[in-house]
Amino acid sequence: MNSDGLFLSNDILMSIEKPERYIGHEVNSCIKASEDIRVRFIMCFPDVYEIGMSHLGIQILYDMFNSFPDVWCERVYSPWVDLDKIMREKNIPLFSLESQRPVKEADFLGITIQYEMCYTNILQILDLSGIALKATDRTWDDPIVIGGGPCTYNPEPIAEFFDIFYIGEGETRYRELLDLYEKCRDEGTSREEFLFLASQIPGLYVPSLYQAEYNDDLTIKNFSPVREGVPAKVKKEVVKDLDNTYYPQKPVVPFIRCVQDRVVLEIMRGCIRGCRFCQAGELYRPVRERSVDKLLETVYKMLDSTGYEEVSLSSLSSSDYTHLPELLDKLIVECEKRKVNITLPSLRIDAFSLEVMNKVEDIKKTSVTFAPEAGSQRLRNVINKGLTEEDILSGSAQAIKGGWTKFKFYFMLGHPFENDDDILGIGDLANKVAKEFFELVPKEERKNGPISITVSTSFFVPKPFTAFQWAPQCTEEEFIRKAYLCRSGIASQLNQKRIHYNWHDADTSVIEALLARGDRRVSEVIRKVYEKGGIYDAWSDYYFHERWMNSLEECGLDIGFYAFRERNEEEIFPWDFIDIGVSKKFLYNEYKKAKEGILTENCRVKCNGCGAGTFGAGICPGAYKG
Amino acid sequence: MTKIRIRFTKHGAVRYIGHLDVMRYFQKTIRRAGINVSYSGGYSPHQIMTFAAPLGVGLESDGEYMDLGIEDEKPDLAMIKDSLNASSVPGIRILSVKKLPEDAGNAMASVYASSYEISFYDDKKDQCPDKDLMKELISRSQTLDTMIYHKETKKTSRDIDLKQFIYELYIKEDENDKPYICMTINSSSSDSIKPGFVMEYLCGLEDIKLPDNSLQITRLDMFTLGENGELISMDDIGSDE
Ligand code: SF4
Repeated sequence: MNSDGLFLSNDILMSIEKPERYIGHEVNSCIKASEDIRVRFIMCFPDVYEIGMSHLGIQILYDMFNSFPDVWCERVYSPWVDLDKIMREKNIPLFSLESQRPVKEADFLGITIQYEMCYTNILQILDLSGIALKATDRTWDDPIVIGGGPCTYNPEPIAEFFDIFYIGEGETRYRELLDLYEKCRDEGTSREEFLFLASQIPGLYVPSLYQAEYNDDLTIKNFSPVREGVPAKVKKEVVKDLDNTYYPQKPVVPFIRCVQDRVVLEIMRGCIRGCRFCQAGELYRPVRERSVDKLLETVYKMLDSTGYEEVSLSSLSSSDYTHLPELLDKLIVECEKRKVNITLPSLRIDAFSLEVMNKVEDIKKTSVTFAPEAGSQRLRNVINKGLTEEDILSGSAQAIKGGWTKFKFYFMLGHPFENDDDILGIGDLANKVAKEFFELVPKEERKNGPISITVSTSFFVPKPFTAFQWAPQCTEEEFIRKAYLCRSGIASQLNQKRIHYNWHDADTSVIEALLARGDRRVSEVIRKVYEKGGIYDAWSDYYFHERWMNSLEECGLDIGFYAFRERNEEEIFPWDFIDIGVSKKFLYNEYKKAKEGILTENCRVKCNGCGAGTFGAGICPGAYKG
Repeated sequence: MTKIRIRFTKHGAVRYIGHLDVMRYFQKTIRRAGINVSYSGGYSPHQIMTFAAPLGVGLESDGEYMDLGIEDEKPDLAMIKDSLNASSVPGIRILSVKKLPEDAGNAMASVYASSYEISFYDDKKDQCPDKDLMKELISRSQTLDTMIYHKETKKTSRDIDLKQFIYELYIKEDENDKPYICMTINSSSSDSIKPGFVMEYLCGLEDIKLPDNSLQITRLDMFTLGENGELISMDDIGSDE
């Protein structure tokens, strides 16, 4: 540590980009006196500071851990490539922001895993910290490495790097784990035995206590515990009552501008919709709402404690929050007084949302966003996207009349059962919106300029715990063909000049599919990519497809097996031992309905008995209502 | 709207925060402190706030200034100071809050000079001139008619005569005999020079090239130009009530 209490020297801090990423000292960051501390827990988001700091989940857990008097929770993020290089050259260990001490000294390193492409960054974090990459090589000199977040619903490709995975929502079981840890350390229990005892806590998965056997065709034959008493299934943890749980009242306020430079207010968890490609929609079932009173109380406290000038409502589909009009009415009045802006992502465009947007945003600057995800009504039925062409066109017509001229449309290419007509439908739909504009707005009234429509497509990646977990992914060549087809479909439209098209990279989508549905054998691939220098794979500038393909080959694994193959109904998936409530039977039935283009009603219209009712929470019939 | 001037420090870890982020930091701190700040109109109103000459990343300071528009006719300056300090991070301290006369120029436009105190970082001092040599270089420079510094950036290069922009230059020692080079130099918008220029020039007299990141620089204060050409601390412009 230097004289300013910083781990890095002035010389290093002055020779890297944005030294603020590494100095800590932010408003509301938590410093505790070390005498009272029995457990030091470091939370990590394995990406650069500006991304990691924007994540609400860490803020919730940071607040929760630091509310325990015996625990000090700190943060660490991936060093950017410039500092990464210096740390390797000079043998400088990774350090946490608050104490500015090496990560390795902590009791726990908790890593939140939000997207598959960060897996190499997990290895970067472990390696720079001086923690053995393989969990089974670790001793009590290493922190307990515990993973959480959406990717842990198939933890198998990264299983060997973690001591424990926490499956589900973090608010419920950590106290038990920390108590167990303190007891085991006091009593001199071995690390191995501690991990066994941890596996007895609901929601905790200790990968070293399980073993996979494979069939000749490489599919899984059997997946089971290696020690008696270890549960065969791990059920996800769910917070039943979101009003009576932790919510950060004093989130850390970064000095640098981060992706989220605002108060984020999570209004509900889960989604009623059940789109068949969407993993979050299944993982976070059932839908649970926070009450308006509690939300308002929380948001004013957060604005007072941070000084932020903006608040953003967050959820998977905010329009489905039942008290949205009441919440917004109150929030808008108070925020106007406080000179605080409100942003409303993930709103369905209709008369109500346009009226709200008109109140809180500058129409000239903002755009109206639709996410039809598929270009034709047929395919939207296949994916169970309950959004009709009529909904879209009436929404856009109202927006056009309201003065908006910028429109954004998000689609996915490569959905199961997609055909070329569905793709051509994307251009048709965009053209219809442009046509509406020219019909509805006479020339002399086009004071905000003509309409501008941006169409973006990403490529479909089949994810565990979705109706499409059995489905084959398109090959890169097929993806590219589809993107070109979409482009020529747009180019053939009358109003094509008003439509801009961009698409995502196909290579990464295929690797994402490998990591999303991979098994334990894939961990070697990740390790090899890392050893070849792979970090920041989520950043296109640092993603090198060759590295992944070569590593796959060296491991004797075939991308086709993981990405392009349709699974049969009986196949055992690597993630089958995890119970998210939603049953495999329900999902398979959804897959069959998709094939026939049959819609499934959302949870509010009708309960379809998906299985998540077992948690007795939220919207499900018979659930405790608070 | 009433205009107030706030003098603050920047020490320790926060010296690595860039100027734009210091501005953003204060926007939030002012809100946390509950100061009744004035806002501009429009869809995204912003606080009426200007800063005097931005401090480079890595430099410390006892004399940073920010002018703020507030809504109170008769502001309680002591309370503003206390609540800002209570909402601030260590390293950024509010030293004074003054009410500005109506006709005062804003912080940005009225800065003329800055005073600095400079030492060498411990890990670099072996490659830098020692105290006696530094003393000698300063004396030597004072006998010269011009001090031509060749400034080179990626795109341009030009010669500047530093002499006319240096108002004070001397060396002092602390109780442990550690030398500090003290200087007051121009930091107006048109003619500002950096303390590093002077240090590089002095070392250049003996053909010594300072290693990167060797200077530990603290700005002590900023000054405006008085009617008779005298330097007046920016802090002496306003009144305490
Ligand atoms: S059990 Fe019924 S209401 Fe509950 S999440 Fe499943 S489908 Fe929706």
